[in-house]
Amino acid sequence: MSTISAPPLPTMAAAPDGARRANATGALLRHSTFLTARAVRTLLRQPAYLAITLVQPVIWLLLFGQLFRNVVRIPGFTAASGSYLEFITPGVIVMTALFSSGWAGTVYIEDMDRGVMDRLLASPVRRGAMIVGTLAYQSLTTTVQTLIVFGIAYASGARFDGGAVGVLVTVLAACLISVVIASFSNAIALLVRQQEALIGISQFIVLPLQFLSSSIMDTRVSPAWVRHVARYNPVDWATTAARSALSGHAEWGAILPRLGFLLALAVAMGRLATRAFRSYQRSL
Amino acid sequence: MSPNPAAALVAAELTKTYPAGRGGPPVRALDGLSVSVAAGTIVALLGRNGAGKSTTVKILTTLARADSGTAEVAGIDVSRDPDGVRHAIGLVSQKSSSDPMATGRENLVLAGRIQGLSRSAARGRAAELLARLDLADAAGRLAKTYSGGMARKLDVAIGLVHRPRVLFLDEPTTGLDPEARAAMWAEIGRLSADEQTAILLTTHYLEEADRLADRVAIVDAGRVVVEGTPDELKSELRGDTVQVELVAGAAHAVAVLERVPGLGEVSADGTRLRARAESGAQAVPGVLAALDESGIAVASVTVARPSLDDVYVRHVGREFAEEAAA
Ligand SMILES: Nc1ncnc2c1ncn2[C@@H]1O[C@H](COP(=O)(O)OP(=O)(O)OP(=O)(O)O)[C@@H](O)[C@H]1O
Ligand SMILES: [Mg+2]
Repeated sequence: MSTISAPPLPTMAAAPDGARRANATGALLRHSTFLTARAVRTLLRQPAYLAITLVQPVIWLLLFGQLFRNVVRIPGFTAASGSYLEFITPGVIVMTALFSSGWAGTVYIEDMDRGVMDRLLASPVRRGAMIVGTLAYQSLTTTVQTLIVFGIAYASGARFDGGAVGVLVTVLAACLISVVIASFSNAIALLVRQQEALIGISQFIVLPLQFLSSSIMDTRVSPAWVRHVARYNPVDWATTAARSALSGHAEWGAILPRLGFLLALAVAMGRLATRAFRSYQRSL
Repeated sequence: MSPNPAAALVAAELTKTYPAGRGGPPVRALDGLSVSVAAGTIVALLGRNGAGKSTTVKILTTLARADSGTAEVAGIDVSRDPDGVRHAIGLVSQKSSSDPMATGRENLVLAGRIQGLSRSAARGRAAELLARLDLADAAGRLAKTYSGGMARKLDVAIGLVHRPRVLFLDEPTTGLDPEARAAMWAEIGRLSADEQTAILLTTHYLEEADRLADRVAIVDAGRVVVEGTPDELKSELRGDTVQVELVAGAAHAVAVLERVPGLGEVSADGTRLRARAESGAQAVPGVLAALDESGIAVASVTVARPSLDDVYVRHVGREFAEEAAA
């Protein structure tokens, strides 16, 4: 929680434009902090759910690591630095971010069902802060999950020449894809307002994004059309950027544009989700 | 209604139509509803299920938009400056709306912080409200463990945390047991006195409106059919109500009573007949004689001073309790 002291209660007198905007930005930041703290607190109070969020990436890593150990022998597979474990570590990280952020909108639907959403919407809380709060929370969980996967991979013998910078880029890429997907999930939640529909739509989007990327399989050994589609797939941008940064010979010319696209997409999706509140309020 | 500087809330000619769902016709939830609340007073919107009470509350609290009509809350136009309105109001919506995974205290502190209170001010106010509403012992428990009555009190506390100028209470006592309801009534009464908050209350309970409200507006089919202080509304009905319970329904019973001198406004509702009389006691012998002559068996006769129920029947043409229960 921030310790910024409260602003004076808003007055109805017309504040100068600049002051009003500064106030609005301050409120956005403060409200985002409150709502992020609320989400983290809720997570910490649900030990079973917390355990699943932490265990899931480990299972992905060990499962895929074992299942596909030998694919590196397929001719054409990127085996620059060696093991499949090293190859899939960034893939599993992005995949974990993808799947857990696909569920982000379920929190909104719970809030709608409990009346918390309407109470917040009738309060001065910024719509943007309601979105930013969930995104910051998603990024926090994604960061923790990412570090756990790195820990397990390291313990299992994986080594990354990219070092700290590589890890940092991976965390960033995972958080960005998390934000993109969580915004999308939030927007769908506000549009369909129903748990089953949200989960259905989110699976429908997340699974193809996952399989049409290089997260567990080098697209160089995939059919040409998959390779082609993957180029437009944000999940692949995140995976490729992370993998390149982790390798000993990071290609910044490939990494930076991908991170840039992800950032642009994250901002666009965040805005879209904020707009979706209008659709929700029209239904009230 | 003329613009009134002392009005905490003025809504005029609100309309709202919900689009048709699954093949049904569109629903006209509000059909020109007007209501106002003077500063520091309680106004009750009284109406049965679907009358449009919650829709009114949603529009006045900026959650929904009216199709037409105007509304000012705390002097601020709800459609032009919704954010200004949100600072000035507290909302206790029809269903409980606390965060179940937060404690009572955390719920209050978060609500206070969002309203712009400093951390220490929010904590202080939370402690004060928890003590006032008898929730101090449960302050550190998750809201999901609260009983219905406790959860409702927490809702009210959340609505009050920033000392709003206008408080909306949408059916604050529905679902509470009689004891919890009485406690809530006492609390709401004290509130409006202590906090100088104007309150718009919606309710199904005539007794609740009678007890708490300075003014009552009866809502039916999306409009206010009559409005006034409970006493004004009752005294508009001169005389007493004579209510006759028949052993079995009789189609011609109304016609029989209409011929009894001194009796007016006869209505029937199943086996129950109602009529008004200048003096109930004097009318009863005539009523019994007339029914007896026509061979209609009577189970009981009661005479009562007018109640809000009678006002309701007079203006809506149906008995309230049964409609509300339906
Ligand atoms: N979001 C909505 N979508 C469609 N129809 C709605 C919606 N909200 C309310 N309605 C309809 O509008 C009418 C008025 O509803 P409202 O909730 O205002 O009634 P109410 O007086 O609060 O009733 P209750 O006592 O049951 O709470 C009803 O016919 C209801 O079905
Ligand atoms: Mg209602």
